[in-house]
Amino acid sequence: MVDSINKSQSNGQRDWGELIKTDGVKGSVYNDPEIFEEELKKIWYKTWVYVGHESEVPNKNDFVMKSIGPEPIIMSRGRDGEVHLLLNRCSHRGNKVCVKNKGNAKTHTCPYHAWTFASDGKLIGQAFPDGFKSRDKSELGLGRVPRVASYGGFVFGSFAKEGPSLEEHLGGAKETIDRVLKNSPSGEIEVTAGFLQHKVRGNWKLLLENETDGYHPGFVHASVFQAMDSRINELYSDKSISVSRVYDQGHTEIDLRPEFRKRDEELSWFGTTPDRVPDYVAQMKAAYGDEEARQIMIDGVPHVMIFPNLFIAEIQLFVIQALSADECVQHVTALQFKGCPDINKRLRQQTMGSVGPAGFLLADDSEMYERTHSGLKAQLPEFTYTGRGDHRERLDENGFVVGDSTDDTCSRGIWKHYKSLMEAE
Amino acid sequence: MTTSLELQHEVEQFLYKEARLTDAGEYRDWEALWTDDAMYWVPANGDDNDPSTEMSIMHDHRSRIALRVSQYYTGKRWTATPESRLCRVVSNVEVLKVDGDEVHVTCKTVTHESNDRIDAVWPSRNDFTLRRVDGEFKLVTKKVVLINNDKPMDTISFLI
Repeated sequence: MVDSINKSQSNGQRDWGELIKTDGVKGSVYNDPEIFEEELKKIWYKTWVYVGHESEVPNKNDFVMKSIGPEPIIMSRGRDGEVHLLLNRCSHRGNKVCVKNKGNAKTHTCPYHAWTFASDGKLIGQAFPDGFKSRDKSELGLGRVPRVASYGGFVFGSFAKEGPSLEEHLGGAKETIDRVLKNSPSGEIEVTAGFLQHKVRGNWKLLLENETDGYHPGFVHASVFQAMDSRINELYSDKSISVSRVYDQGHTEIDLRPEFRKRDEELSWFGTTPDRVPDYVAQMKAAYGDEEARQIMIDGVPHVMIFPNLFIAEIQLFVIQALSADECVQHVTALQFKGCPDINKRLRQQTMGSVGPAGFLLADDSEMYERTHSGLKAQLPEFTYTGRGDHRERLDENGFVVGDSTDDTCSRGIWKHYKSLMEAE
Repeated sequence: MTTSLELQHEVEQFLYKEARLTDAGEYRDWEALWTDDAMYWVPANGDDNDPSTEMSIMHDHRSRIALRVSQYYTGKRWTATPESRLCRVVSNVEVLKVDGDEVHVTCKTVTHESNDRIDAVWPSRNDFTLRRVDGEFKLVTKKVVLINNDKPMDTISFLI
């Protein structure tokens, strides 16, 4: 024991094995500010993090304010047509160059000393230029996220100059994004409905775990299931044949397809019927043929958490923004299928009811996050317990770990991956 | 427009009653204030983003208002269980227009909230359409523009 403490002190490394067990974690992992600082270095400013969607900046010079953890990021489409992820810090003295949430601008001029940057981040103008001789303008562009990549229109950034490619990072979960896109007859989704910004006075990992926690809905959302005629509850009962699944790199999914296939009803996943969205159904059949369209509309959009911050929940898209050990923001909008006004309207209406600060569902989830965050500061017991279903974990046909939909399989998968990231140099 | 003292008084009394019922969590009585063609709108990201194309914090027709009240009374609306203690101050009441049976009103509201999680202040600019039905005012539209609606916001545990 003494040896291990000395060893951990001598190289400055935390002993993550003391903090993260296979069936639970220490409360401090959620609320220690020093651990949060370490997460910034090893997760938020290193791995691939979801930033925004290409449809948010469709035209040259469009920009929208985004973030990677606490760092504000300008997602901008340059004159070159490429998406750039720029840091909102004037390369001169550090002032914010952009204070709008979105817009279209060929240039951004810093109001402090009027340095002007192009939409791709290059410095193109300095006031009183005769005073600048020692540094070339080309060295003084805005800071930029070194690696930018997109998959299916979803734009990710990584502050690590080198590392696994985005596709390697997505791994098996890449197929879940393919499934999202398939639900659109054009094969494209859009993020055009604007975001609700819902603050949580709790640690971001509480959200990360809860998004694919199939155990809580029947209890946290009992009020919704009781007040309205909803079949969501049965998806998350202990009789449900849905599964929880862990992909590599900490991505997790509650795969509800087994339940939807048992129902064998098109659009049941969305709580509606084909006659209510006839245009969408016709577009799907035209795009995929009757048989495949029917299968896609039975299976629906997945419920998947892409580590560390992109959550696609059937009809909604959430982006988790970590701000500190004690605070994060959930940015949430409705998924929109390109060119499908009838279903898009319903997607927006249902999303507005469910999520955001006053949402039927998310106000209660967020209440749980904040109470749990507060509860975890208790001295005892030291560890959480995430062992539900560990006796019935199994591998699916692709070799991914799966459990029952109400099991803690996804939490265990998330912590295993988290530990590997935090233990890395 | 000149507003008679009587109309001004009547409008103010209605708004005070609406505030009192919501402060007290008397949501069944509050729900009875609404007409069947009601619209309860809390926009996001500004004063007037088109609710038919962009996300709002709330955009409730009559049936969804009823659902919110039903959810509250299940006793399992956890964010309202235990309920927040509330104190809202209604001020700057102006009658903007009288249109037959309907009166368009604007006012300012500052709602103070206290619960286990938070002590919060929710300042808003509110617009109402009131309709005279059987001699009494009813709520037709209520729009609540929270002045911080373009920033990350805490959970709204009550009907604002």
